[in-house]
Amino acid sequence: QAATVAVLDHLEQLALVDFRDTEGVERLRKAIQFADQLQEVNTEGVEPMDSVLEDRCLYLREDDVTEGNCTNELLKNAKEKVEEYFVAPPGNIPLPKLEERETFLKGS
Amino acid sequence: LAPWIPVVGLEIHAQISSNSKLFSGSQVQFAAPPNSLVSFFDASLPGTLPVLNRRCVEAAVMTGLALNCSINKKSLFDRKHYFYADLPAGYQITQQRVPIAVNGSLSYSLCVDNKMSQMVTKTVRIKQIQLEQDSGKSLHDDTRSQTLVDLNRAGVGLMEVVMEPDMCCGEEAAAAVRELQLILQTLGSSQAVMAEGQLRVDANVSVHHSGEPYGVRTEVKNINSLRFLAKAVDYEIQRQIEELENGGTILNETRAFDSKLGCTVPMRDKEGKQNYRFMPEPNLPPLILYDAKSLPANMDHQQVVNIDWIHERLPDLPSVKRVKLVERYGILPEHSFALLNEDGLTEFFENVVKQTQMKPKKVIGWILNVLLSYLKQHSLTVKESPVSSVLLADLLNLLEKKEISSTAAKQVLAELWKGEGKTPLEIVKEKKLELIQDQKELEQICQAVIDGQENEVIMMVLG
Repeated sequence: QAATVAVLDHLEQLALVDFRDTEGVERLRKAIQFADQLQEVNTEGVEPMDSVLEDRCLYLREDDVTEGNCTNELLKNAKEKVEEYFVAPPGNIPLPKLEERETFLKGS
Repeated sequence: LAPWIPVVGLEIHAQISSNSKLFSGSQVQFAAPPNSLVSFFDASLPGTLPVLNRRCVEAAVMTGLALNCSINKKSLFDRKHYFYADLPAGYQITQQRVPIAVNGSLSYSLCVDNKMSQMVTKTVRIKQIQLEQDSGKSLHDDTRSQTLVDLNRAGVGLMEVVMEPDMCCGEEAAAAVRELQLILQTLGSSQAVMAEGQLRVDANVSVHHSGEPYGVRTEVKNINSLRFLAKAVDYEIQRQIEELENGGTILNETRAFDSKLGCTVPMRDKEGKQNYRFMPEPNLPPLILYDAKSLPANMDHQQVVNIDWIHERLPDLPSVKRVKLVERYGILPEHSFALLNEDGLTEFFENVVKQTQMKPKKVIGWILNVLLSYLKQHSLTVKESPVSSVLLADLLNLLEKKEISSTAAKQVLAELWKGEGKTPLEIVKEKKLELIQDQKELEQICQAVIDGQENEVIMMVLG
């Protein structure tokens, strides 16, 4: 899929990344070009590998309680808290549409 | 007008009954101080990694076997990405590509026309069972326009059971979920209490005409009980039929069930179609399960989950228990359903039968019609019953030996219910409820009654 404005806008919304400027978008285009080289390899009949760990054993842990009880430490990271709860906005604040965003993509 | 065919599928999330979470060692417990059962991994702090809990794997295998599934000896973990305040990592670890169990079935029973005596057996196909993480809890504070987040539940192990759209109405959906609940509770893999959020059900509903392709489906969430499940499904079927008959269309959307209004409403915060950007979980190798044949010789047995070993140790499932009750005690199938439907009732029944000469076929009437209605009237569980199986057995023995009448027995039971510690025999003596066996005494009483009602007797004799 070509890195069109529509695709870049979609990516910004899905992953909350900000391509920031032409240099950022160009870097993305080069990365896609680099990855496209994979298409040159004939993988017919070969099982896809999705992890170099595939031959490792998945370690199974015993069902014992060994962690937790560190409320204060965790809450130290919170910008806002209310009685040991983390505070978040009322719901997901959707990213404004392309036309309304402060993104350089508008100009493209 | 051609009839509409409703189609109902279910996605059920059952919390695994375990001491610690799916990928971390923090405790699993309902109702604890906020954010006290949270590890660094659960809070998604950088540098933490998931470590799989063996108990959760065993629970999923047990459940898969009980639901006649094929267990995948190799299953994989994936990341499902979406943004929400109660999902600190920004993704949920689940099994989207290759889940732990697939292609099973669940049989459940329905009463035809609400008559317990006419039961019909239905089957629903189980598409798959997958292991996944639960999210934290969001408490919405609309007055201050904020959400309070408690991560105690974040990372708790879930089994998602996907039921194919083989059901056609609310009653079938509720019956299927009820049977699943009983199976999970029998296995111990989940306590499956809906009220505590240990069993959550989402319904997928659509309607179409016979011969035509399936209609657009909606997803209904926020269903907190079996009763509401039936209501929500039936309401949604009706809503879709009315919408289509009025020339409208059905949107592929997520709706929430409003229990107060008894209807479904579009859910806020679900912006269009989600793209979850599924990707393999890079920190977890494939999960390999073994059976007797494939068991490697030199492996640490703590690292091995043996499907055959688990299969051999499965307890009797509800359907098997019911057949055994019918065979052993000569009761009817619908009695066995009623016994298993109430926690502890089967044990109570069997204890009474052990301690009385009354035949099980007669005892069952006292258990289901008398004891159970008392319990329901007072909203008590079997465990909370003021009348123990010993006391009830004593009472039934008096009845069986014809020392009291059936009516008197019911009176004694009412007294026993008060829980004042008296035995049935003591109550019978106190209230003089003994059956009079002496012929002469009976004649005297009858004569006295007749003598006292001369006019009525004359009227009767005259016809």
